[in-house]
Amino acid sequence: MEKFTIYKGTSVPVMNDNIDTDQIIPKQFLKAIDKKGFGKNLFYEWRYLKDYDENPDFILNAPKYKKASLLISGDNFGSGSSREHAAWALSDYGFRAIIAGSYSDIFYNNALKNGLLPIKQPREVLNQLTKLSSQEEITIDLPHQLIITSLGDFHFEIDPIWKDKLINGLDDIGITLQYEEAISAYEQKNQ
Amino acid sequence: MSGKTIFDKLWDQHVIAGNEGEPQLLYIDLHVIHEVTSPQAFQGLREAGRRVRRKDLTYGTLDHNVPTQDIFNIQDLISKKQIDTFTKNVKEFDVPAETHGGKGQGIVHMVAPESGRTQPGKTIVCGDSHTATNGAFGAIAFGIGTSEVEHVLATQTIWQVKPKRMKIEFQGHPQKGIYSKDFILALIAKYGVDAGVGYAVEYSGDAISDLSMEERMTICNMSIEFGAKIGLMNPDEKTYDYVKGREHAPKNFDEAVSKWEKLVSDSDAQYDKILSLDVSQLKPMVTWGTNPGMGLEFGEKFPEINNDLNYERAYQYMDLKPGQTASAIDLGYIFIGSCTNARLGDLEEAAKIIGDRHIADGLTGIVVPGSRPVKEAAEAQGLDKIFKEAGFEWREPGCSACLGMNPDQIPEYVHCASTSNRNFEGRQGHNARTHLCSPAMAAAAAIAGKFVDVRTLVTD
Repeated sequence: MEKFTIYKGTSVPVMNDNIDTDQIIPKQFLKAIDKKGFGKNLFYEWRYLKDYDENPDFILNAPKYKKASLLISGDNFGSGSSREHAAWALSDYGFRAIIAGSYSDIFYNNALKNGLLPIKQPREVLNQLTKLSSQEEITIDLPHQLIITSLGDFHFEIDPIWKDKLINGLDDIGITLQYEEAISAYEQKNQ
Repeated sequence: MSGKTIFDKLWDQHVIAGNEGEPQLLYIDLHVIHEVTSPQAFQGLREAGRRVRRKDLTYGTLDHNVPTQDIFNIQDLISKKQIDTFTKNVKEFDVPAETHGGKGQGIVHMVAPESGRTQPGKTIVCGDSHTATNGAFGAIAFGIGTSEVEHVLATQTIWQVKPKRMKIEFQGHPQKGIYSKDFILALIAKYGVDAGVGYAVEYSGDAISDLSMEERMTICNMSIEFGAKIGLMNPDEKTYDYVKGREHAPKNFDEAVSKWEKLVSDSDAQYDKILSLDVSQLKPMVTWGTNPGMGLEFGEKFPEINNDLNYERAYQYMDLKPGQTASAIDLGYIFIGSCTNARLGDLEEAAKIIGDRHIADGLTGIVVPGSRPVKEAAEAQGLDKIFKEAGFEWREPGCSACLGMNPDQIPEYVHCASTSNRNFEGRQGHNARTHLCSPAMAAAAAIAGKFVDVRTLVTD
């Protein structure tokens, strides 16, 4: 997993609520057997008219937002299917963090596992962030749990254990294998 | 000290490390896998030189990509590659799995209960958000991502933060023609698609006790559409009877039952939130929009937009208007299938409505049993003949048009009465328009050519 400490980037608002994983990456792209190349098909139905002709009405296609790497969105982001392909697609496109009202529980874990930082903020803050210029670089300071902008700094919450894993880019399975004795003891006792 | 919920009892039994409020390491008793969300996990194991820790607690099937007709002639080469990769992976890692076209094959959330692997007291995970289906047995069951699939394969454990507890009481006795699908659609319409985020939901009340295991699974199945990745119910005699005699049921069954009997919420257990819904006056539910919360009782008018961006977009996509009712929807397709509503009881109810009638002109209807055991049981009763004589296509099992990763897709701009779980944009096909409902409502709509109140058609 790529480490996440302090990151600077510009933002793009896609402010619908309940953006589901079928919208983030439609089913026809779930047939791949590796984790790469999903970015091209991120938000496929909204982003393209046909044959990858860009839909000029979709905000990600606006020239001024082309380099955005921070996604701002509404409530219940990533609802629906458990497909981790959604997190892979957002990362592969170039997003490093999402700032949204809330997340579906499964998507939230999937994002963390891929070094894609899911930040929760109240509606007032989201509304303010959507007013930022497309050129403004926002700083995401994970160690201090801050979003730093020209409009002010906003604190965010994250579980300290997930935070540590992100900052150090730790491999979850490697950590868990250190619990081998406890896992075996559990099996002895319960099976 | 107050009592404990079934959820707390099960969770606490499975914790290996960590404290409440932070990620805790949970032991997993059953890990079910399928072809879509497992290939990258097996590849991860391969690259790291890791093995599957507990093959005996892992079980696979093929469902999302499989065609439902001419099943061995897979035209989509990318689908075929995913199916072949799965078959190769389960062989290489020696994981028990159903084979394509084999006798136990079916949708992942159907075959785990049917094989007897799903049991009260277990922790069950699968790389699919509808895994909570298994919670109907009194199990903690939830969907996970592919990184977590790899983690469970390697360690038989998973890191999870314990969710809060919610109890939902379904009260009253429903009228004839009202089904558990209506209960859950009504709940989601009333409280919203994110009401369950952060919670493990326990469904209880007389209206739940009265349901069959199949009907209970329909409710737990759609927990995720309510926002909750975990939904469960207290096990009872119906639960034990369902499990008994199945291939993977506990060998010492009576001993297992005596343990399961303790796995119910104590009467003085505490919850973080309690909701209730009276189903005695409930009418059949139909969704009009593009998320499962955009549903109404049959006959109700579609809501005003009131500057709501989400509503505005939904109306545009569905080509419907505020003030219309479900009977105005110009249906072109009927889909009876999916892990929500493709069990034997669902097909029986639909067949009862159809009787000896024929589906309306201009409609296409497909019936897709959720698993091969269901297909065989339905055929033994002659249900396939009822559907075929009515003009439906009778298909081989699979996820089919619920998500259209296989050849079964709803054509562009066509409105479909669907017994599945999601009406998202593009879910059933590019620009396809999905209306969620019960199998009986879908069958009634097939005959009438439009949505009608199925209560007027139900006989004893």
